[in-house]
Amino acid sequence: MEKSRGGKVMKDKEEAVDDDPWWWLVHKGIAASFLCIALFALLVRVAVSLHPYSGAGNPPKYGDFEAQRHWMEITLNLPVKEWYRNSTTNDLSYWGLDYPPLTAYQSYIHGLFLRFFHPESVSLFTSRGHESYFGKLLMRWTVLSSDALMFFPAVFYFVLVYYAGRPHGQKTDIAWHIAIMLLNPCLMLIDHGHFQYNCISLGLTVGAVAAVLSNKELVACFLFSLALNHKQMSAYFAPAFFSHLFGKCIRRQNPLLEVSKLGLVVLGTFALVWWPYLHSMEAFLSVLSRLAPFERGIYEDYVANFWCTTSVLIKWKRMFTTQSLKLLSLGATFSTCLPSMVQQIRAPSNQGFLYGLLNSAFSFYMFSFQVHEKSILLPLLPASLLALEEPFLLKWITFYALFSMFPLLCRDKLILPYVALSALFILIYHVPSGRQDRRERLSFNSFVTTLLMLCSVVLHIVYLTMQPPNRYPFLFEAVIMFLCFSQFVVLCFYSNAKQWALKRTIFMDKEKKLL
Amino acid sequence: MGLQGATSMPHLLWFFGIATCVKLLLIPSYHSTDFEVHRNWLALTHSLPLSQWYSDETSPWTLDYPPFFAFFERFLSIFANLIDPQIVHLLKGLNYSSNTVVLFQRITVILSDLCILYGVYRLTKVLDSKRRTLIWVLVIWSPMLVIVDHVHFQYNGFLLGFLFISLSYLEEGRDLMGGFFFAVLLCFKHLFAVAAPVYFVYLLRHYCCGGLVRGLRRLSALAAVVTAVFVAAYAPFVYHGQIQQVLHRMFPFGRGLCHAFWAPNFWVFYIILDKLLAFFLRKFGFAIPTPAASFTGGLVGDSSPFSILPQITPLATFIIVLLALSPCLIKAWREPRPGMVTRWVAYAYTCGFLFGWHVHEKALLHFVIPLATVAVQNVDSARHYYLLSIVSSYSLFPLLFEVREYPIKVLLLLLYSIIMWLVFSAQFTDGEEAKATAPIKKEAGRLELKGIANVAAKKGGFVIRGIEKSYLVGLLVVEIWGQLLHSIFFGERLPFVPLMLISIYCGLGIVYSWIWQLRWIIRSPES
Repeated sequence: MEKSRGGKVMKDKEEAVDDDPWWWLVHKGIAASFLCIALFALLVRVAVSLHPYSGAGNPPKYGDFEAQRHWMEITLNLPVKEWYRNSTTNDLSYWGLDYPPLTAYQSYIHGLFLRFFHPESVSLFTSRGHESYFGKLLMRWTVLSSDALMFFPAVFYFVLVYYAGRPHGQKTDIAWHIAIMLLNPCLMLIDHGHFQYNCISLGLTVGAVAAVLSNKELVACFLFSLALNHKQMSAYFAPAFFSHLFGKCIRRQNPLLEVSKLGLVVLGTFALVWWPYLHSMEAFLSVLSRLAPFERGIYEDYVANFWCTTSVLIKWKRMFTTQSLKLLSLGATFSTCLPSMVQQIRAPSNQGFLYGLLNSAFSFYMFSFQVHEKSILLPLLPASLLALEEPFLLKWITFYALFSMFPLLCRDKLILPYVALSALFILIYHVPSGRQDRRERLSFNSFVTTLLMLCSVVLHIVYLTMQPPNRYPFLFEAVIMFLCFSQFVVLCFYSNAKQWALKRTIFMDKEKKLL
Repeated sequence: MGLQGATSMPHLLWFFGIATCVKLLLIPSYHSTDFEVHRNWLALTHSLPLSQWYSDETSPWTLDYPPFFAFFERFLSIFANLIDPQIVHLLKGLNYSSNTVVLFQRITVILSDLCILYGVYRLTKVLDSKRRTLIWVLVIWSPMLVIVDHVHFQYNGFLLGFLFISLSYLEEGRDLMGGFFFAVLLCFKHLFAVAAPVYFVYLLRHYCCGGLVRGLRRLSALAAVVTAVFVAAYAPFVYHGQIQQVLHRMFPFGRGLCHAFWAPNFWVFYIILDKLLAFFLRKFGFAIPTPAASFTGGLVGDSSPFSILPQITPLATFIIVLLALSPCLIKAWREPRPGMVTRWVAYAYTCGFLFGWHVHEKALLHFVIPLATVAVQNVDSARHYYLLSIVSSYSLFPLLFEVREYPIKVLLLLLYSIIMWLVFSAQFTDGEEAKATAPIKKEAGRLELKGIANVAAKKGGFVIRGIEKSYLVGLLVVEIWGQLLHSIFFGERLPFVPLMLISIYCGLGIVYSWIWQLRWIIRSPES
């Protein structure tokens, strides 16, 4: 299989000299094309940030924008030990910090930036619900700079590492892959439209993945621990990291030493980040309890995961106590991760690792406790890293990830950027380069896919134009959820199957080399 | 390979699609008063009878474009009325700024850009696929069009589309159609008339030739076509006895020599020289009265805004523009070559920009965008275009003065500089040079001069020379001064200095471009 592909690439290369409309973009090497695409991606992000954020002009709770601003206000004005503790100065019921300490430090740094230019926007108490032209601008710029400083370099590192061992990799394909990773519509909409800092934790994760691919395990552990400490949601990837690194270590001369080295790096990083809260058990536990908001229920709104979708038939929330639901979801998540983990422990490979990331993120999205619509960003990340191998998977998951967030983005009044970014994604995906057939190798029955596409387009229009019946005010959300869930399930099975099918091709490769 | 028009149309559409996505995202960005100007035109063409279009004074933003543009607004107002009747209401619509009106007007600009898409497609039809791709990238992704049309708000892409269609007909040798489209363009926006002398001389010599009888026949055909266009535009107003009013609106010479923000042209240097002379003469003890009038305002009685140098009148600027044009006109008279038409027309707009009366900085578009289509012909043109487009994009920066758009304009300029650098160095690498020049001989319409091509081949790849590099670095210094250092050193004092610096510094670049173009036109050998 590999060989025939190689041959095809060679042929493509010859054709490309004459007919590649992108030769000007790639002829100066990866760095130049990356710079060009990155600037474009940044421009698109700035343009998205012109649009409204979540909860704009919507007192008293506002939305994620206010949450982030409030965290800046808290971290800036209170001592570190007070950040996670309810007090007269820190009312935790009003957007209390519920992310790990690294997010708090990041809020502090961004708070300094805001205070320097616009002190009113982060002053204690008086700045609650602060909304102003300049305040919005500065907040937007903190996300933009985080993106440019964390996510972009991480992607560059990944591209360098990922394509280092592939002399036949065609330059145009690399450029395409960079564009797909940097111009992910969901990530841009959530970070620069809705307002969050996913770019930081996802950037750290991409950095960790790149470090794993370049065999720098210690760096990978450090970066991934940081990602975990920025957003606990990064734990979606933990099984994949664990199983891959464990599988690698036990194949080395001194497995125990290798594993303990990695463990020490992880513990050290955690200790560093949690240092202010390690002086007493009570402080430590109070932070920890903030990070696991079990009281918020197993799911929120209409997220296209297992619990929410099946709750139409089985009323999970009524049938079980929160305690048993916790165990249930833990068991389900773990058991669905297991196949992918076993595969990586038995035969760790770079490709398998990327599939493993996708599979474990999918399991968490489907079965873990308290999942958000926005959590689909996590499975989306490894899918975009795999874009060149699995273009169709990426296209499908991006479409339905976007769709599953559509009701949320409608509430945020982000329909215009939603449309523009979807169009941008479709255009980039279908970039004219005369090699379309190769990218579209995998596509299940085209009739089915067309029908599904049509369905979702119609649903978009119905959602925007029609009033749901009074008896079922959330009918359309439920239908959207059903459709997205069904697609995610199919993709989940497909990528698990793909990961298990990998082993054989790797052995075949080895045999080939021996011959 | 060269003539596969149909196969690569998707590529062009793809480039256009990407640009459209960015334009859509920019919809909520800042828009200037031009937005309200065009909204008012929608309203007045919709609610008033034709006879009152040019005399209505409900809003200060009266109609001052030629009739075709008014008809275009009338056409758009049909849809505006369907979407939200308040947009086209003469009184209730004043300063209307709901989401619907913003969305509607922005989308009309985005859709009207299809015109420049078709224009650039027509203009590049005969080229080989590589060059065509590069020209598309340079034109469709031009940051100047995005800044002026899609943020500031105007319809330049639409109008330049007509210019491109006209030029493409001329290059094909179908002069009558070229003349027709130019006449149409003039009836959309009369500022494009600066190139009329070039068109006149060129068409006279290229089209109306081949003996007296044939020449006269063709001349009358041409005259008939042009007259027909103008009749179609102005006849309704003549019928209503409004023609005086129309012309009065279209040529408001009551305005000053310079626009409120000085466009980076020759008059900036003239004013500065006057100021300096007055300053030094006063130092030496001469009694120099301070002028009462300002450059930007109209002529107040007989008073001149200048202390020492002679007063400039509209007529004077007109004569200077014609004088500056004359070398190009002589060339066009001696040897009217289709391959040079784009350069000549661009040169004409450059002259108009440098020496014209009350020039807007937006008029830069009229020559920078057409020059993009000739920039890939050889390495010298590429280098010139690289410098010119950076300078002119930069000189548009003051148009978007709000903080929110600052990263947008900077990123647009940076991105375009990198794209240009990639494009030109891809086209003019040492190895590629031989290949790139080879197909030129086949192109009859755009035949590049062999001598120049050889020179380019010897010079090798695309490099920015030292002096150009230092000029561009200077641009950075000017920007940092304006954004940061000025307020540190002077605080609130002398608030006009940063803008003046931009005008002066960019003016240098534009003057350089003018000289470069002039030299190129004079030196182009005759067969």
